[in-house]
Amino acid sequence: MSDATFLEYVVFFSAAVMILGGAIGVITMRNPVHAALGLVLTLFGVAVQFVAQDAQFLAAVQVIVYAGAIVVLFLFVIMLLGVDESLDLSIEPIPIQRPLAAVLGIGLVGLVGAAIIRARDALSINPGTGVATARDTGDNDANIRQLATNLYGDHVFAFQLTSVLLIVAVVGTVLLTRKWPRGTEDTESSDA
Amino acid sequence: MIAAIEPTWYLLLAALLFGIGAFGLLVRRNPLIMFMCIELMLNAANLTFVALATRLDDINGQTAVFFVLVVAAAEVVVGLGIIVSILRRRPGATADDLAELKG
Repeated sequence: MSDATFLEYVVFFSAAVMILGGAIGVITMRNPVHAALGLVLTLFGVAVQFVAQDAQFLAAVQVIVYAGAIVVLFLFVIMLLGVDESLDLSIEPIPIQRPLAAVLGIGLVGLVGAAIIRARDALSINPGTGVATARDTGDNDANIRQLATNLYGDHVFAFQLTSVLLIVAVVGTVLLTRKWPRGTEDTESSDA
Repeated sequence: MIAAIEPTWYLLLAALLFGIGAFGLLVRRNPLIMFMCIELMLNAANLTFVALATRLDDINGQTAVFFVLVVAAAEVVVGLGIIVSILRRRPGATADDLAELKG
């Protein structure tokens, strides 16, 4: 295992601070718009970690799809519904909800963390497909080329099924949010 | 090729991110913020996939992230559709108010 350089540690820990700071922002901000901005910070941090692990194409997709499309969708809904005012976080409807959730969250992280640390030597390199990187092969498109071969070769059936999933999601959303005029099947006057 | 930083660090970071997301999902009552917490947990899973793809030298881990992305997009679209239709009928509803839906 090669030693990490100082710069790589700087990149890792700054991105980790971005990720965790954004995540804490999501769960503590009163205003939903600020929470969405915290989510953007987390997503960019994850994209940085992808680049650091030679998954450049996934980093680009992460920024475009998550930070671009999904967060914009969140902000669009927040603005559409006009719920961009501060929420009162001091109300706790179920009395021991927060301590219980804290215990559960810390317990979850503790258990998974213990498993990860115990398994650090057990994780051995298996003869997998191999990950081609620009660093190793000298081909700048190595990552995207290998991903394309894998996605459209080994996983082409699952890829086709995702298109079905997306169609179902779009049709379902149209059905859910459409304002049906009362007492008639005619849908012309809908503005949803 | 093994990334210079040990994958254990990435996995621990992903575990922390998942824990924060799970905690937020349990304590927040605004359905929109609960959805954002689900996104946090999905991102933790993505980070784990990429870290293990590098560690185990297998590109299938990176391909799995694509499918997670597609499912996340579909889930957000349907979920926000449900939230819009609920909040349009009763503005300011929280997750607790939705308990009235049970029959």
